[in-house]
Amino acid sequence: MAEITFLEALRQGLWEEMERDERVFILGEDVGIYGGAFKVTEGFVKRFGEARVIDTPISEAAIVGAAAGAAHMGMRPVAEMQFIDFISCAYDMLTNYVATARYRAGLSTPIVVRGPCGGYVRGGPFHSQNPEAAFFHTPGLKIVYPATARDAKGLIKSAIRDDDPVLYLEHKWLYRRIKEQLPEGEEVLTPIGEARLAREGKDLSIVTYGATVWKALEAAEALQQQDGVSVEILDLRTLLPLDDAAIMRTVKQTNKVLIVHEDTRTGGVAGEIAARINEQAFEWLDGPIMRVTAHDVPLPYAPTLEDYVLPQTDDIVKAARWLAAY
Amino acid sequence: MTSRAIPATEPSQPAIPADLSRGQLLEIYRYLRLTRTLEERLTALYRQSKVIGGLFRSLGQEGESVASAYALERGRHRDILSPLIRNLGSLLVMGAKPVEILRQYMAKADGPTRGRDTNVHFNDLELGYLGQISHLGDMFPVMAGITLTFKMRGEPRVGLVYIGDGGTSTGTFHEGLNFAAVQRCPLVVIGEYNHWAYSTPAEKQFGVKDLAEKAKGYGIPAVTVDGNDVFAVYAASKHAVERARRGKGVHFIEVKTYRRKGHAEHDDQHYVPPGELERWARENDPIDRYVKQLLRSEWVKEGDLAEIDASVGEEVDRATDVCADERLPEPASALPGVYADPPAADTLWFRRV
Repeated sequence: MAEITFLEALRQGLWEEMERDERVFILGEDVGIYGGAFKVTEGFVKRFGEARVIDTPISEAAIVGAAAGAAHMGMRPVAEMQFIDFISCAYDMLTNYVATARYRAGLSTPIVVRGPCGGYVRGGPFHSQNPEAAFFHTPGLKIVYPATARDAKGLIKSAIRDDDPVLYLEHKWLYRRIKEQLPEGEEVLTPIGEARLAREGKDLSIVTYGATVWKALEAAEALQQQDGVSVEILDLRTLLPLDDAAIMRTVKQTNKVLIVHEDTRTGGVAGEIAARINEQAFEWLDGPIMRVTAHDVPLPYAPTLEDYVLPQTDDIVKAARWLAAY
Repeated sequence: MTSRAIPATEPSQPAIPADLSRGQLLEIYRYLRLTRTLEERLTALYRQSKVIGGLFRSLGQEGESVASAYALERGRHRDILSPLIRNLGSLLVMGAKPVEILRQYMAKADGPTRGRDTNVHFNDLELGYLGQISHLGDMFPVMAGITLTFKMRGEPRVGLVYIGDGGTSTGTFHEGLNFAAVQRCPLVVIGEYNHWAYSTPAEKQFGVKDLAEKAKGYGIPAVTVDGNDVFAVYAASKHAVERARRGKGVHFIEVKTYRRKGHAEHDDQHYVPPGELERWARENDPIDRYVKQLLRSEWVKEGDLAEIDASVGEEVDRATDVCADERLPEPASALPGVYADPPAADTLWFRRV
């Protein structure tokens, strides 16, 4: 059983869904003959043809809007944003048109909008963003954000089969860094809305998602070895809807929570998680709910600057140590 | 066309244009009259505060709305159009019922969106209409996707989408039209030059004289027609629709018309030069022009039209009687249906303590 990368797992998931269901098609910039900027769709046009792997103009609003129209007609489009930073150009289509369609008009809009997100790769302000917070408060959308190769595959397949619009955020730092053995022929379907316990522990919980799951795992290992502190890690996997039950379960297990995300702080997802814990599990807390996030600045390019702005493993270690001692 | 229907007129009469039959002429008249009568009824209901929000009239634009939609194939799973607030006539042609429009404007529980959205923002994709959202231009990408699907499936179906002179200033108009042009989608565009975008005149929206000039930038054919001439709009639309159905791609039709009411009923139109509204009403009303042409050419008799007027009046009265006193939606019906799954949002805690 060979190890495959996060990117290959995503590719396999897309490929299998294209094979399984002829209503599934891909549209985006340079997804055809070039195979996408990160080669996620390499070889797809040869297998599935230009009618199902469509190279579009540089028009994110048109890509998302056309996907919505096709979805109304019973298709299952997967729209690629070349970098997820450009999803802001489709913000109107997603929030005003797509997200409201079922509620206001009874229109089914089963689209997936996916693309490479995240920093730690020296991409600068416009090739490093984490856009989840911009869509997190939009009823009608779902947001998934896998951290493992298994979930990269399992969530793209579940997203395509979901009857609601799903934003699928794939961290480019994980693309080729994360490898995992996935049995051939196994149907991997990760349920949307269910978090995953990435590490069991008893002293403190880290609630996180995406690339920082791996940084939290590194931090937990260091804390175990250096301090004897046992850290539990919850990988959210789905941000919208949040798995409240899993969050409260870990709060009740350890009574201390550190929320970690790569996105900026103000208005970030961590604030909402903290509010929910406060509302649903206040009396279980033995310390303040703390956050480790990016600083509230656009993400800069120079390695020294980017590393300073983004949360690092060492930041998580220090924050967790502080909270454990509280 | 190589064959013609049996002539519906006496040899001494001028031939009816665009292969229309006498029956079709009367049907078009019926939709024109229904549009205006229904909107007049809505105005009355608005003044009685029974219309909940704004009321948007299409006075002066009924001709291009009805004539363009009439060029489509109608019925279940045929052509699809996407109307704007001033295309009530197009909706009626596609099969929307007056009672649905009335319920929608009055936010009734049994309306097409169950009180969730306003005015013509509703749809019946089987019958072939997809209501707009308020963000102008957004229906261009969506209709590009719908017509792309027709093409992908090899279905001989056509889409039609409307945009106003102001709406052509939006980014989604450009992105969607360009996308459809590149993909050679079977899409017909009706560009409505009605002179006003709320209070802003067309010359403050764009630097070209005619909207049709914009089509050049997308490599698609375009034509400008008199939007208040029902026959001209119908003929141009029919040509564009047939062309799209034959796989020739997008076609742009600019209809020159005039918005004779304000943006909505609250708008007093003080920005309109004196006399302009009266001149368009007097000299260039699309229904008056159509009626004159029908009678002068003796294609129909005055009695035929009077009969339609009476039946339309009765239909609108009946529809009003059915729904005017209907209930508004139950408050808690606001929660279901944001997603397929989960089926409903939770009622928040402060409503339960």
